[in-house]
Amino acid sequence: MPSSINSPNPIPPWARAKVPTALLCRALGPILGRIVQKVSRQHPEVFDRLGPHQKSNFIISPNEFPFALHLRPDSAQPILRAVAKTDIPPHNALIEGRFFLLLQLVDENADGDAAFFSRDLYISGDTEAVVSLRNALDDVDGSIAAETADLFGPLGRTLLSILRKKGVREWAV
Amino acid sequence: MGSMKNIGELVCPAGTPAALRTAVDAGADAVYCGFRNATNARNFPGLNFSPDELKAAVFYAHEKGAKVLLALNTYPAAGGVDLWRDAAALGANAGVDALIVADIGVAHYIAEKHPDIRLHLSVQAAASSAEAIRYYCEHFGVKRVVLPRILTIPEIRTIRKEIPCEIETFIFGNHGLMVEGRCTLTNYLTGQSTNMDGVCSPASQVTYQQEKDGRMSSCLGGFTIDWFEPNEKAGYPTICKGRYTAPHRPEGYYAFEEPIGLNLSNLLGDLMEVGVHAFKIEGRQRSKSYVRSVVETFRQAVDDIRAGIPPDLEKLSVLTEGQKQTQGAFQTKKWR
Repeated sequence: MPSSINSPNPIPPWARAKVPTALLCRALGPILGRIVQKVSRQHPEVFDRLGPHQKSNFIISPNEFPFALHLRPDSAQPILRAVAKTDIPPHNALIEGRFFLLLQLVDENADGDAAFFSRDLYISGDTEAVVSLRNALDDVDGSIAAETADLFGPLGRTLLSILRKKGVREWAV
Repeated sequence: MGSMKNIGELVCPAGTPAALRTAVDAGADAVYCGFRNATNARNFPGLNFSPDELKAAVFYAHEKGAKVLLALNTYPAAGGVDLWRDAAALGANAGVDALIVADIGVAHYIAEKHPDIRLHLSVQAAASSAEAIRYYCEHFGVKRVVLPRILTIPEIRTIRKEIPCEIETFIFGNHGLMVEGRCTLTNYLTGQSTNMDGVCSPASQVTYQQEKDGRMSSCLGGFTIDWFEPNEKAGYPTICKGRYTAPHRPEGYYAFEEPIGLNLSNLLGDLMEVGVHAFKIEGRQRSKSYVRSVVETFRQAVDDIRAGIPPDLEKLSVLTEGQKQTQGAFQTKKWR
């Protein structure tokens, strides 16, 4: 797997917590599971656009974090979990970039092609799988990030609001 | 500027129903889209519309006063024309406002079977002379021509006076010329054709490889077609924008075109002045974020020009391919 790229920004303090990565991944498990279940239920049309790539395994890797996300957008049994970067499972495609860019991409506030042109977004592996995933998620009206925040009520919305402001300051496409 | 009220229609891209709604809400006068098959030139995975989605999209657009144009702008292979005929019927049934065609056979069929639907001539037809355009108008009733991106503004002015139909020009987005509608470079490497399969550089045959030092190569069909330094801007992985070595250029060079995007924002007023009826924004493969940003910006710009106000279009450059922009042949034939 390629090393993290384009990551001159220092790791933000809130991402430097000295929590063992394996423990962090386990703690994120139920939250991520809830997110993927909700998005799957609310947007079944996404699976139609994914076609055969419902069975593909994607690794979404924020540069700043010690963990990545493993996504398998299978309509029957969707998977979204955190995995340590030292223990990345076999996958079909890798999507890598700064956390705030990845957030903006699912918050309908950034263009993936523009991020690719600027070299802030890196993909490898099965390009067709990545293109299918991007197009499928882009057909969701509104922001997936906002829907995810709603899942956690006022706390979730407040956190997203803070992240959006921070993202605008640190990153903009 | 009163005479400009009827020109400068914004024709905007939509790769998905959500993008279509975004374009309409952002101020598009018309949105163009295609089915999920080889009948359109953006036949990419996960993109495009089912017949039911198109019908719902037309309803949404019409409710908001926008038009929907269906791209059927590829060329059927021998024996394969039924897919295009069926698509025309589905478009007619969905109530689209126009069909955008390139192939003479498809144009003839639609003119005969669906005479009430407007026909637009796609850029894929590469009709670049008044004589060629008049032929399509006279024989198939074409109401609008999308001009190839190889003409200067004075040439467009001349053509405008000699044809009986509206003119649409690209104003923003991809700048892949390669004798539009005739390019077979992708076919050469991948076996699939932009013009017949609707796919340029099929994603299934594209790979990127990042080295530890940050350099990245892009490959198509197993061939390396470009190599980017760590901080160098990248472009789409198309052969026409690949970088190649030659005995006299061992360092590698862009033999055909550079990764660069068309941006005619500074020429909008001139284009409206010569009577360009509609402005086309390229990018059905781009995100809702792109669609919203570009459509909102050009909506404001066209309205400003009509009102005699200088438009503000600075923020568009970040969205161009390779984050570099050109006015291409619209400014000068020697744009490189």
